Amino acid sequence: MIDVLYFAWVRERIGVPKEQVETGAATVGDLVEELKGREARYEAAFADLSALRVATDQELSDFNAPLKGVREVAFFPPMTGG
Amino acid sequence: MADGARRAGTRIQAEPFDLGLEANAFAAAQTGAGAIVTFTGVVRDVASGDLAVMEIEHYPGMTERAVEAFRAEAVARFGLSDALVIHRYGPLAPHEPIMMVATAARHRADAFAGAEYLMDWLKSRAPFWKKEVSGQGADWVAARDEDESALERW
Repeated sequence: MIDVLYFAWVRERIGVPKEQVETGAATVGDLVEELKGREARYEAAFADLSALRVATDQELSDFNAPLKGVREVAFFPPMTGG
Repeated sequence: MADGARRAGTRIQAEPFDLGLEANAFAAAQTGAGAIVTFTGVVRDVASGDLAVMEIEHYPGMTERAVEAFRAEAVARFGLSDALVIHRYGPLAPHEPIMMVATAARHRADAFAGAEYLMDWLKSRAPFWKKEVSGQGADWVAARDEDESALERW
């Protein structure tokens, strides 16, 4: 089980801020493909990966990052702090 | 601070802060610094629109870690004697302060550079997202290319 978090418009499209996902995906990208295959709302949120950023265990990461040992994955649009 | 307590250098909070008070407390706590720079970001009052509220979302846990890492890097890189970052989240009204940074150094060049470095990283690498809510609806603020490319100079 892995905790998957969504922020900003990604959260709005998927409809929940956080969920637990049972997955055997090897990488973040594989997890995305798996989710997209489940329901249309994931397809909508992950339609353009270039518009998305990823964090694994609260560190900025990318779609090629391995999921082995990772407890938390987060998806969000480019950050707008400051 | 009235009680003389040393406060944390990174504060992520919903509560408002008093810019003058924070700047004075930060300055008073320094020894050996000849330059203090402060920057404050406020919610814009857009003349053409009717922005009612700016909602700031963040990633609790990652935000604190990321911002503290940027702050520590700024201190090390520019030889700052100290740095402070306060960043708010939640609903904010026009004119309200969103965030501030303060840097202290022996000389002003390092204090300015440290503050700019912190701002550039906070803009594009700290997990905050802004949403503008107006009479016309609500829109997520898009990241700007200039903010992303600003990181290249560091």
